[in-house]
Amino acid sequence: MADVTTAQDVVTYRDSVAEGIAREMRRDPSVVCLGEDIGAAGGVFKTTVGLFDEFGPDRVWDTPISEQAIVGAAMGAAMTGMRPVAEIMFSDFLACCWDYLANEIPKVRYMTGGQVTVPLVIRTANGGGLGFGAQHSQSVENWALTVPGLKIAAPSTPADVVGLMASAIRSDDPVVFFEHKGLFASKGAPAPDGHVVPFGQAAVLREGTDVTLVALASTVPLALTAADRLAAEGVEAEVVDLRCLIPLDVSAVLRSVERTSRLVVVEENPFQGGWGGTVVSVVADEGFELLDAPVKRVAGANVPLPFADALEDQVIPTVDKVVDAVRSLATY
Amino acid sequence: MTETTTATDLLALHETMAVIRRTEKAAHDLFLSGLVKGTTHLAAGHEAVAVGTRAALKDGDYAFATYRGHHHAIAWGATPEECLAELMQRSTGLNKAKGGSMHLTKAEAGMLGSYAIVGAHLPMAVGAAWSARLRKTDQVAVAFFGDGATNIGAFHEALNLASVWKLPVLFVCENNFYMEYTPIGSVTGVGNPAADRAPSYGIPAEVVDGNDVVAVRDAVARAAGRARAGDGPTVLEAQTYRHYGHSRTDPAKYRPDGELERWMERDPLTVSAGRLRESGTSDDDIKAAEDRAAAVVEQAVAAAKAAPQADLGEAFTDVWADGGAAWRT
Repeated sequence: MADVTTAQDVVTYRDSVAEGIAREMRRDPSVVCLGEDIGAAGGVFKTTVGLFDEFGPDRVWDTPISEQAIVGAAMGAAMTGMRPVAEIMFSDFLACCWDYLANEIPKVRYMTGGQVTVPLVIRTANGGGLGFGAQHSQSVENWALTVPGLKIAAPSTPADVVGLMASAIRSDDPVVFFEHKGLFASKGAPAPDGHVVPFGQAAVLREGTDVTLVALASTVPLALTAADRLAAEGVEAEVVDLRCLIPLDVSAVLRSVERTSRLVVVEENPFQGGWGGTVVSVVADEGFELLDAPVKRVAGANVPLPFADALEDQVIPTVDKVVDAVRSLATY
Repeated sequence: MTETTTATDLLALHETMAVIRRTEKAAHDLFLSGLVKGTTHLAAGHEAVAVGTRAALKDGDYAFATYRGHHHAIAWGATPEECLAELMQRSTGLNKAKGGSMHLTKAEAGMLGSYAIVGAHLPMAVGAAWSARLRKTDQVAVAFFGDGATNIGAFHEALNLASVWKLPVLFVCENNFYMEYTPIGSVTGVGNPAADRAPSYGIPAEVVDGNDVVAVRDAVARAAGRARAGDGPTVLEAQTYRHYGHSRTDPAKYRPDGELERWMERDPLTVSAGRLRESGTSDDDIKAAEDRAAAVVEQAVAAAKAAPQADLGEAFTDVWADGGAAWRT
């Protein structure tokens, strides 16, 4: 595969997925991949391009369309000495193997009294914005968030894709790794050699004094654009990229709110049950006296994702919605 | 009986089955006396499947079991004391009192868990077999499951995946003819719910007398031999019978008159004792083995009763590999 670490100023988020996996497969022979169309085809999103050629069919296993078997087999392999990286093509399809995410993988260590460890990664393309309709567009990180025992990563930049992939694959705990399909074509600085981003460490991507915007994956560039627009109006927004949901870096959020005294959470998953509710509840509990205004959540609407671009924009977060939310706080 | 079977081998199998039978009886009695809470799904009557399978395999081979898994755990080396302490919520329980009857696990012996969502563990066994191939060991993985599991999607996905890669996995169906409370035949389109489906996935299948420990052992030995030779998975359908109801709240009134009695004539311990006598073992030696089993379980009940209750701190351990449960910074 192309060596994206040299002679390139920028790389894509898409290529960084394969790069992140390849780095770990080179350093650890127990890392193996399985999923639909991930082999010679290079993945439907071209996120596994080059892996099959470099590592062969034993370590990059094309499976049938059998989500239960993919994730169940990954679990069995993880319990017996391998570090599988399973791909579930669209995150909507996690529902087809939900038993494994809800009942099997996250509970087996606990219910066996610590006898069994499940070091696996489930990668999946998450989110909307591309007009794929209601069954191929959902942001479902909140599904995983409801289950104790899963770690959750959702990078927003190419370098974080590589760095968080390293942490995910090296984790002895099961990780659900959300790649946002709306970000695949986005570009950024390549990851340095040996790049590892520890779980549970949010990044402050833009410093500000007036309001904290907490974002994840697709909503990070959205929050950054909103912050630029707000700066023109004299409002300085601080943008915090959570990067992970479990472990959740609420300390970074509280530190930021201490500086800004206002909070807007920007999440693509539906408002009902979204992770922003957890962030906000911790701030309300532990940071109430830091706040000078109510907290706001800009989230997906509680409707299935519609097909038409204009309709989709109505129900998922947009720059305008974030700017409006911040304006409403600024005048509070 | 194969030529290599000695009377000593048979007596050991018989004694292990007797330990399981006694343990199940103890679990039943402890439930009635209020010392076992929750529920139990007893496997009395199924002993030959677990013990025969284990006898045909090697140390290091993997087993994945169901919520009716006491017999598999004991066959793979869990002690009656560990199991009963788990059922009685004691700190000395096999799973530190965090699993209970439906999740008995003896990972260090290759018994990688009991799973209470019907059929969920079949793909796991496929994954363990895949892992064995990747690590270039000759291990095989066994998935034990009931007849009811053959109608869920994961059964079919697992068989297909195992077949595609010719993985060393054995699918051992304990067909006790009841899917919980409902006769399997009344909800299934084929007569042998596991064995009849196997050919559609290109997998060889065998129907075996699940109450005959030697028949089970020999069938598993054949299947394991094929698996280790790289010839892929096998489906074994072991026909057996559940002495108790589905769970401890089920008196099994739905069973036709005389059915239990007919099966009890071919109870695994009765069949095994008959083979022992044919091979020249005396009734005294058989009784001595059964008495040893009874003593082991009697001591296990006493020890479990005397053990401390679950350690309260355990509620917050073992979520993560670092031992803890922290979800935030």
